[in-house]
Amino acid sequence: MIPELGHYALVLALALGLIQAVVPVVGARLRDTAMMNLASSTATMQFVFVAASFAALTYCYVTSDFSVANVYENSHSLMPLVYKYTSVWGNHEGSMLLWVLILAMFGAAVALFGNNLPVSLKALVLAVQSWIACAFYLFILMTSNPFLRLPQAPAEGRDLNPILQDIGLAIHPPLLYLGYVGFSMAFSFAIAALIEGRIDAAWARWVRPWTLAAWMFLTVGIAMGSYWAYYELGWGGFWFWDPVENASLMPWLAGTALLHSAVVMEKRNALKIWTLLLAILAFSLSLIGTFLVRSGVLTSVHTFASDPARGVFILMILVFFIGGGLTLFAWRGPMLKQGGLFAPVSREGALVFNNLFLTTACLTVFVGTLYPLALEALTDEKISVGAPFFNLTFAPLFIPLLFAMPFGPMLAWKRGDVLGVAQRLMAAFGAGLVAVMVTFVVMGMSSALAPLGIGLALFVMVGALVDLAERTSLFRAPLSTVRSRATGLPRSAWGTAIAHFGIAVTLFGIVCQTWASERIVALKPSQIVSLADYDLTFDGMVQHSGPNFRELAAKFTVRSGGVPIGTMEPSKRSFASRNSTTTEAALMTRGVSQLYLSLGDTNDDGSIAIRLYHKPMVLLIWIGALVMMLGGALSLSDRRLRIGAPKPALKASAAILEAAE
Amino acid sequence: MRKLALIFAFSVVLISLIAPEISRAVTPDEILKDPVLETRARNLSRELRCMVCQNQSIDDSEAPLAKDLRILVRERLTNGDTDKQVLDFLVSRYGEFVLLKPPLQMQTLLLWAVSPGVLLIGIVALFMMARRRTVAIPPPAPLSEAEQRKLSTLVDQ
Repeated sequence: MIPELGHYALVLALALGLIQAVVPVVGARLRDTAMMNLASSTATMQFVFVAASFAALTYCYVTSDFSVANVYENSHSLMPLVYKYTSVWGNHEGSMLLWVLILAMFGAAVALFGNNLPVSLKALVLAVQSWIACAFYLFILMTSNPFLRLPQAPAEGRDLNPILQDIGLAIHPPLLYLGYVGFSMAFSFAIAALIEGRIDAAWARWVRPWTLAAWMFLTVGIAMGSYWAYYELGWGGFWFWDPVENASLMPWLAGTALLHSAVVMEKRNALKIWTLLLAILAFSLSLIGTFLVRSGVLTSVHTFASDPARGVFILMILVFFIGGGLTLFAWRGPMLKQGGLFAPVSREGALVFNNLFLTTACLTVFVGTLYPLALEALTDEKISVGAPFFNLTFAPLFIPLLFAMPFGPMLAWKRGDVLGVAQRLMAAFGAGLVAVMVTFVVMGMSSALAPLGIGLALFVMVGALVDLAERTSLFRAPLSTVRSRATGLPRSAWGTAIAHFGIAVTLFGIVCQTWASERIVALKPSQIVSLADYDLTFDGMVQHSGPNFRELAAKFTVRSGGVPIGTMEPSKRSFASRNSTTTEAALMTRGVSQLYLSLGDTNDDGSIAIRLYHKPMVLLIWIGALVMMLGGALSLSDRRLRIGAPKPALKASAAILEAAE
Repeated sequence: MRKLALIFAFSVVLISLIAPEISRAVTPDEILKDPVLETRARNLSRELRCMVCQNQSIDDSEAPLAKDLRILVRERLTNGDTDKQVLDFLVSRYGEFVLLKPPLQMQTLLLWAVSPGVLLIGIVALFMMARRRTVAIPPPAPLSEAEQRKLSTLVDQ
């Protein structure tokens, strides 16, 4: 009964979606307020029905209802409860349901919190959202229905892929989807603006919080995925330039560019057409990512989505929305009036620089990811485009971008003084230079580029701090003035500085991996392996048994300078239900550095192969992403961007703040 | 999840098909005595694709084929091959598919040219637009005497 109700709820959501896709558009044409306002009610109800549908599937999983094919394929009655919840989206059908749930959630959020939007814009935005939603409801109902029943309920499920039985599955996909799908808001706003033929600074102000929220989720989602891959895959890498990773990186790059160009549009009413294009592209890239992953086009061998019917369906969705969006853009875009002029050296100029490099980086990833597919389709020739290619082409684009980053926020609008800013950034230059020299002295000359990378990271970090110091007159004014200026500073200024600081932290962590060290050895019990001041004694093997697996773990005692500091237990788990094994690496965190130990084969002579890594400062890679998100959150809490109208009483003080900036 | 699920699902399938027991990438018995040669071997391994895997280098892959290739690379290096000779040998044997960084050729021209090309076009286009704009906005005319007087009275107040 419950799965049927879930199925039915989804059909009802589709019906509501179809109404919402048409009626508000007609209403906007006829200037009929009632028809336009209908969108808010249907959007809210759509969310309710999709949520009910999702809850129904979750119920099937939690109660291990194996009469539902999807549950049978991906669950097991002995699985820990948390994985019963997460396995709802640990498969194709369920993850698409999560996709539409988040889409409906954003729609409902606009309906509930978008009271400050002009009625017709709101109606059109919700209508465009509904077009997307209907396409995906149809996709689920026609090709990927998670509620299909089996004629006979099996006694036991086939278990979730053991590698997905990890807390990473609970965190990574929902965050990533919040990001992916969040960009649909920017898309809908862009299409609505093109239909209306009117776009102004206010539009940018409405669209920015949504973009910012999506960007925050995507940032952390990608970072969490990276950390998950790092500890789960067992060889300590954190980014593999895998097509599926690239699929999430491309919308991030386009979305980051969009955030920055929307600032120009909001403040100076310039870059309108470009911002619209980026809004369309960011979501288009999310759709392309969905297509790449869901259609099975990347490779014919993997098991995840090999049904061609699905691929063709998503391709049609892709063509309709990207093609339609770009056509509308080409038709209506040129009619938009361009605003605000600016000199090349100015805050606007710096943001254009940012956009140029980010979009080029995005294009590089795009071409690198799709080129082998296109070449094979056209000429039957197979080439590989992997990490060495991307490292060589992507990094050179990010270096100038990072170098310019501290300058941007310190340049004046319209016409800036780059030498003046350079002078004010003296402290940052100094910090960077000192860092380069110290790194050379401490780490030696083994790598010439890495110390420069450290210098760049320090330059950006101190640059962000200098920006804050300048804005609060730190060191120049009495402390009371500094305090009042700091509290008066718009939160978005804090957000910018913190997010920029965060990316430098990530850079610092990545560069430090140059000095990562590893030992690959075979050990017998009581033998010792040493790496980077740590001595690990192999104490022997121990057996554990988990709820649905058996575990063989190797016990190691870790000593630093002869003093025991803890134990590490890397293990292998065998899952009888799927007849498969996973390796669980052991991690020991020391400050922000980590020792990483993973198990290999057991040899005939009783020794066991291990891989031991020392990863200096490795946690900074992901901490940096969290700092970036914090910056985004602060910016989002800025009263000018807050979702919902600023209260009339606050208007005066908001104006003062704006003037003070 | 998607990326991981793909990598994972694939490697799980692969392992269950080919290798009943997981063997991690680079095992202790493969490592060469000479640290210089070993470093070269590791660096080369990162440039070479494990052809049965999805986008993994032979350095990362745990597939038996990757292990064979790692041993092959080490054999060639021990026999005195240069890095280039090793790569050439592997390309002659397996085709360019084995290289994770495709060489610059006619059919990869676009791949390599897009990034620098677009950047260059972008810079030139922006430069021209900026020039047009600076021409379009003449610098503000200096203040007239009356305005100057008005300003100083305002400042004095």
